[in-house]
Amino acid sequence: MFLVNVIVTLFLAGGVFFLLVGSIGLLRFPDFYTRLHATGKCDTLGGGLIIFGLLIYHLFHYFHYPLVPVRLLFLIFFIFIANPTATHTVMKAAYRTGVKPWKLGEKRQ
Amino acid sequence: MNHRGKGFGFLITFILMFLFWIFLSEQISSPFHLIAGVISSALVAFLSHDLLVKGKSEKILLKSWRLFRYIPWELWQIVLANIDVAYRVLHPKMPIDPCVIEFETSLRGDFALTTLANSITLTPGTITITVEPRNGKFQVHAIAKEPADALLVVQTMQKKVAEVFMETN
Repeated sequence: MFLVNVIVTLFLAGGVFFLLVGSIGLLRFPDFYTRLHATGKCDTLGGGLIIFGLLIYHLFHYFHYPLVPVRLLFLIFFIFIANPTATHTVMKAAYRTGVKPWKLGEKRQ
Repeated sequence: MNHRGKGFGFLITFILMFLFWIFLSEQISSPFHLIAGVISSALVAFLSHDLLVKGKSEKILLKSWRLFRYIPWELWQIVLANIDVAYRVLHPKMPIDPCVIEFETSLRGDFALTTLANSITLTPGTITITVEPRNGKFQVHAIAKEPADALLVVQTMQKKVAEVFMETN
């Protein structure tokens, strides 16, 4: 059980790390598109890692409810499809309405 | 697609959605949950049955198997992408040089194009802006020069997706 808890903690810590990096990137990057790079990628893996950690925890501590980990697996699956699609849609909308991409050397927007 | 095909698609979608509902709710004995499930499954099947079941679905088992083998590689790419973004975010000088690139693929199928577009968005340093289904043209925003070259010159991802869906690139 101790080993399980260590692995779960590692997954949770990794997820929190990537969510934090995504937020820092949102604040540091210079324009709309690069900020989307930070949040769009880090939120997907960060959320996925956290849910996967919960899944392992549930699998070993409450194994008489086997349906819950399967549901969490579905949740990860849907996040990994929905998140890049939403990122792409937001990006496309910004590009269509004429938000200029930032080039190296320009002032941050 | 003829009329019978549409009804078939509706039925398949409805059954799948209702099974998924029962799987999620676990309330088989409660009539309220079952009736609510029937109503919402029917609504979803009515609105989007043409998304799930397509008219032509040749070699669907082989394609699913190849897609299944593609997923671990894609997951590894996602981890690499996140480490890449984390490096660029946390580096004091922020080594970014964004550019918009365009390229064409020979892929035409809806599902193949969607898979490639989402894979591009999830892998290191690139996000899909627009996809033109008629001529397979992609517009991609890259955060620096190296990820742009990976798509334009090396083309690993296009080859992998083309192999999964058996459309020669």
